[in-house]
Amino acid sequence: MSSDLLFEGIDEPGLATLDGYRRRGGYETLPKALRMSRDEVLNELIESELRGRGGAGFSMGKKASFLPKGDMDKYLVCNADESEPGAFKDRELMQKNPHQLIEGLIIAAYAAAATRAFIFVRGEYAEVADILERAVEEAKEAGYLGERVLNSDHNLILWVHRGAGAYICGEETALLDALEGKRGNPRLKPPFPANQGLYQGPTLINNVETLSNVPHIIAMGAADYVKLGVPNSTGTKVVSVSGNVQRPGNYEVELGISSRELICGLAGGPPAGREIKFWFPGGSSSPVLTADDLDLPYDFDSMAKAGSMLGSGSIIIVDDSNDVLDVALKVAKFYRHESCGKCTPCREGTNWTVKMLERIQRGEATPMDLDIMASVQERIIGHCLCVLGDSMAMPIGSMIAKFREEFEAHMESARDAADRAAIEAAA
Amino acid sequence: MTEIARFSHGSRVPGWDEPVDLELDPAEVPDPATTDVPDDLREEIEGYMARYPDRHSAALPALTAAQHRHGWCSPEALEQVACVMRVTPGYLAAVATFYDMLRVEPAPPGTHAIYVCTNISCSLNGADALYDAMREAAGDDETFDVRAFECLGACDIAPMASVDGTYVGPLAPADCVRIVGQCRAGEEVLPERQVARRKAADTLAREAGLK
Repeated sequence: MSSDLLFEGIDEPGLATLDGYRRRGGYETLPKALRMSRDEVLNELIESELRGRGGAGFSMGKKASFLPKGDMDKYLVCNADESEPGAFKDRELMQKNPHQLIEGLIIAAYAAAATRAFIFVRGEYAEVADILERAVEEAKEAGYLGERVLNSDHNLILWVHRGAGAYICGEETALLDALEGKRGNPRLKPPFPANQGLYQGPTLINNVETLSNVPHIIAMGAADYVKLGVPNSTGTKVVSVSGNVQRPGNYEVELGISSRELICGLAGGPPAGREIKFWFPGGSSSPVLTADDLDLPYDFDSMAKAGSMLGSGSIIIVDDSNDVLDVALKVAKFYRHESCGKCTPCREGTNWTVKMLERIQRGEATPMDLDIMASVQERIIGHCLCVLGDSMAMPIGSMIAKFREEFEAHMESARDAADRAAIEAAA
Repeated sequence: MTEIARFSHGSRVPGWDEPVDLELDPAEVPDPATTDVPDDLREEIEGYMARYPDRHSAALPALTAAQHRHGWCSPEALEQVACVMRVTPGYLAAVATFYDMLRVEPAPPGTHAIYVCTNISCSLNGADALYDAMREAAGDDETFDVRAFECLGACDIAPMASVDGTYVGPLAPADCVRIVGQCRAGEEVLPERQVARRKAADTLAREAGLK
């Protein structure tokens, strides 16, 4: 399976410019979409069964159809705040093919009847934001943006908005607050952004890769698009593979490919002489899987059935030279730092999880602490405004469940070492 | 038993040594007649404000612009931004303290921002040693803001760092002295190892016949 859609000719020189993109047939789908009615475009998107590529995997077309009809200010926001540890696909997509995203964004805005759009790009992606701004400028000059796009009734103003470094802004409602110039705190849902989003107006929020798929769906038609991938996970996916692999990077594959082919075939597997100990199939917030799960097809449903999730499609491989405790501590510390502090279970839960993991490391923990830690994870999940806390609780909970013996052995040896040190200090 | 760390005021949680002065009037929106704002900064912020239906949306780009001039979000910088945006400095202080890239500790203008990614994929590839080496290379030079940063979205070049916004990797601890030197000389940082010049893994797989 080697069908490239989004990554087709990705390294062709000049692809990031308007001329380069047009040479590859770019902006030829936009007039086609504008000749269709808004509902026809929306229908194509629904029938393509395209699922959001940002993490939640919700049907993109359905989400767009939730926006109320009628004459009002509607917004489209592209979520380019890619910050999930292990994810770097949007960076490469925007850096090398910004016009593909812009074309998809214009078509999606047309379908949703949005007249103002923003690309919210994380502040750390300064180089990418520069490229996007140049591309938006080119698209404006060429008449793809602004009033009456290509002489249609579609108006669209697009700006690139830079964040300033906060993982939580990848959460859609926190992103809206950040875009409104506030601290990026998540909002209570409902109301969902489709009804009350940016500036209280109906807002469609889509990930970079999701929008980059849109021109291809309209060009080839939903009927052909659903032939890619597997049922309920249609299309291709740009998968970021990193960690202990020989060839880390972004690979575009059809959904449903065997995980082993992706990890060991394309990405080269772990370094020579090493075995895969566990892997995150969807960024650091997904429950971990082990080497036993390598033959699972890589798609939304198979990952969910295995107790994990596809998320943003970011695989992190951890080989057997690493201690599960060190990885757990990295994960927990990250979410502690990034918790916005609005909801107690997340703010306190991430903090106490770090403290308890550090107790294990120092040899001050007892096996009961593992049960307490597991119960802390359970009490975070589903009890906050957003899923940031869950994003720590799920992987940590899965690590405790799958590697309990290793945690206990670590506890034991660290306690012995601490005891010996205390005896030596006393003597 | 472990010694419990305490702050100077005796508590285990951070706080303030001095109680807040409740007699003080709250800071108001700065008066344009008495607030000196550089023309180019004012123009830039007004440009941002014009992009959005609500002027508050300009907070992040405006603070970033002010930090660029002042080195950090100093009281003076906040005052200037607040004056142009017609908000209180307190509003902006609340925003600035939330975001990692906005500095709320003093730093001189022209400070180099070096973020070493120490998240999972980078740390599996030696990022912690890289961070130590980078700190050592920068020494006590206050024009370097070297920080261990959360995932920067470039795990394909792990371990990596962002040097004034330019992504470079994979890095070895030995590269740090060169990076700091290139920053001081105003040169481009490790051109051959910038992520922008790297082919996609997908392309390489195709060329190698793996796809």
